[in-house]
Amino acid sequence: MSILINKDSKIIVQGITGKTGMFHTRECREYGTNIVAGVTPGKGGIHVDGIPVFDTVEEAVRLTGGNVSMIFVPPPGAADAILEACDADVDLAVCITEGVPVRDMVMARQVVADSNTKLIGPNCPGLITPGECKVGIMPGYIHQPGKIGVISRSGTLTYEAVKQLTDAGLGQSTCVGIGGDPIIGLKFIDVLELFNNDPDTDGVLMIGEIGGSAEEEAAEWIKENMTKPVASFIAGVTAPPGKRMGHAGAIISGGKGRAEDKIATLKACGVSVATSPTGMGAAMLEALGK
Amino acid sequence: MNIHEYQAKEILASFDIPVPRGRVTLTADQAERATKMLGGRSVVKAQIYAGGRGKAGGVQVAYHPEQAHEIAKELFGKRLVTHQTGPEGLKVRRILIEETVEVGSEFYLSITLDRQTSRYCLIASSEGGVNIEEVAAHTPEKIHTLTIDPYTGLRSYEARSIALKLGLKGSVAEDCVQLMLNLFRCCLEKDCSLVEINPLVVTKAGWLLALDAKINFDDNAIFRHWEYHEMQDYSQMDPLEISAGKFDLAYIKLDGNIGCMVNGAGLAMATLDVLKENGGNPANFLDVGGGATREKVAEAFRIILQDNEVEAVFVNIFGGIMRCDIIAQGIIEAAGDGKCSLPIVVRMDGSMVEEGKELLLGSGLNVQCADALGEGAKLIVEMMQKNANNA
Repeated sequence: MSILINKDSKIIVQGITGKTGMFHTRECREYGTNIVAGVTPGKGGIHVDGIPVFDTVEEAVRLTGGNVSMIFVPPPGAADAILEACDADVDLAVCITEGVPVRDMVMARQVVADSNTKLIGPNCPGLITPGECKVGIMPGYIHQPGKIGVISRSGTLTYEAVKQLTDAGLGQSTCVGIGGDPIIGLKFIDVLELFNNDPDTDGVLMIGEIGGSAEEEAAEWIKENMTKPVASFIAGVTAPPGKRMGHAGAIISGGKGRAEDKIATLKACGVSVATSPTGMGAAMLEALGK
Repeated sequence: MNIHEYQAKEILASFDIPVPRGRVTLTADQAERATKMLGGRSVVKAQIYAGGRGKAGGVQVAYHPEQAHEIAKELFGKRLVTHQTGPEGLKVRRILIEETVEVGSEFYLSITLDRQTSRYCLIASSEGGVNIEEVAAHTPEKIHTLTIDPYTGLRSYEARSIALKLGLKGSVAEDCVQLMLNLFRCCLEKDCSLVEINPLVVTKAGWLLALDAKINFDDNAIFRHWEYHEMQDYSQMDPLEISAGKFDLAYIKLDGNIGCMVNGAGLAMATLDVLKENGGNPANFLDVGGGATREKVAEAFRIILQDNEVEAVFVNIFGGIMRCDIIAQGIIEAAGDGKCSLPIVVRMDGSMVEEGKELLLGSGLNVQCADALGEGAKLIVEMMQKNANNA
C-alpha cells in the first residue's frame, strides 16, 4: 500500500509535447508508470512514443480512464491546466511547473479545495511510490520500496533525504514533494493525515525550511493526531533574515519563520529533529527506536 | 521585486488612492525648486529599497527651499544604514520631495498573502506609523484582519466593518471603504505580494492620504507586466545579484569566503547549514535550479568567482537525472577561462558520476570530489586551512 498513487494509477500528462514534458514522460514510463494519455491543446490526434495526445483533459479522461494528471504547462497557462484537470474530475493533479503567479493560484486552489480533486504543487518535484509509480521529476534510482513516508517542501533536498533513508536501509512507502510556493495544494498536514491512515507506512520524515508557519502547524497536528513516529529536518538554520532563499516562501521576515522556532516547536511536539542535513536518515532511525 | 516609495505612490494614485503632492529629484537644485513649487516647505525623503529610513535620517522636514537644498545635498550619494539594509547600507540616488501634511490621526493598512488560509488578507490597525510587527506582538487586539474570499473579492460591507473598527466615522469612513476597495483592485491588477500604506492618515482637514507606501510585486507574475522592468532601480541591488538574475539564477551575497553552487533552494540552504556546522563560512547562496544545464552551471561558477571575498568553492549538485559529466564540463569551462587556482570541492550525484569525476580530476584544477554532503563540506574547510597554512 501507499498513498495517492500506486501501480494501478493511470497518468495523463498535460503539456506532453513540450521539451520537459516529453523528457519526463519517458523517464516516468521507464520507471514503470502507466501513462495513458497526453494533453496539448491544438495537437489532439498525434502520438508521443505511442501515447495518444488529446486537445482536452476531459477527452483524455473519457477515452482512456486516466485518473491522475501530471502538469508541465508553462506558468502563464498552469493555473488554467489545474482547473481543467479539476473540471475533468481527476483524483489527483500534480503541477510540476515553477513560477506560477500567486494570484492565479489563490483562485485555482480555492476551486480545487471545493472539488473532489487533490492538488500537489505547483513548483514541486511530484511524488513517487517506489517500485510502483513515479509521477514527477525525481530520480527513480535513489528510492527503494518500504515503509517510510516522506513529505517535503523542497526538491533536491528530498532526493538527499531519500538517499540517506535508502542508505540506512529504510525504504519508502510514498515520497511527496508538496512544493516551495506560498500557495500550494496539499500541505504538510493533509499528507501527514494520509500517511497516518496508510497501514503500510510505519513512520514519516518531514522536511521543512525557513519561512511561513506550516511546520509549526504540522507539529501541533502531529502532537494531537499522529500515531506514527515522525522525524524532521528544517533547512535554513544559518539563513540571514530578510533574504529570500530561492523559494518564494523561504524568507525570515518580521521575526517569523525562523528555523530555531520551528525546530523547538517540532521537538516539543515529540518529533525527532535532525540538527544537520547529513543526519536525516539517522533521525528517522532514532524516531523509529532503531 | 521591490520598487521605490515614489513609484508605489504613482501606482496607488492611478487607482484613485490619494497621495501627497510631490516630485522625484536627482539633484539638490531640483529638490530646492520642488520645495519652492510646494509653497516653500517640504518633506525630503531618500528613496532606497529598505524601510527604517526615518530613524537613519533619510526623512527630514525642510522649512524653506534652501534648507531642502542642504538636506538633499547631504543625502545624495550617502549610504543610508537602516535595520533592513545591512551594515554597508544603500546609496541614495533619488529623493522624493513632498508637501508637508497636518496629520490628524495615523493608521496602518495593507493587503498581503496569508499562506495559512491561502488567500489575500487585509490588515488594518489604528496604530499607524510604527512597526506593525511590534503592535501585533504586544497589542494584538489593535490589529484587525480580514481574509478575502477569492470568489467574491473584497466587499464594501466588509471594508466598512474594518473602517468602523479603526474608529472612523461618517464620510471619512466611506472614503476609507472606497480606498480599501481600490487597494484590493490594485493588488490584483498589479500582481502584488504586498501593498502597504503606513501611515494612512486623516489630515486635520479631514481627508485620507497615503503618507508612505510600499509595494512588492509577485516575481512569478513579472512576465505579464512589462512595465515592471523599467521600474527596477539596479543601483539599489548587488551587482552580482543583478548578473545572476539575468541568467535566472537565485543568488544572494553572504558575508563568508566559501562560494557555493547548489541545485535546488532547499538543498542550497541545507548546504550552507552543513558548511557552517563544519566551521566554514559561505560567501553566497546560489541555486542553479533543480535541473541545471551546462550553460547555467558555467554562468553560476563565473558569478561566484567574480566575488573577491571567495577563497574556495563548494559545488553540491544532486542531479538525479542530470548527467554529471555535463556538469563537470560546465565547471571546467568556467574555471578554465578564469585560470582559477582556488580549492574546489565538487559533490555530485546522478548519472555518469564517475565520468564527471574523471573529467574534473584530469582538468588541472585544484579540485577534489566527494560522495556525500558532510564529507564534501569537511573537505573544503580542510583544503582552505591547508592553503592558509602554506601561505
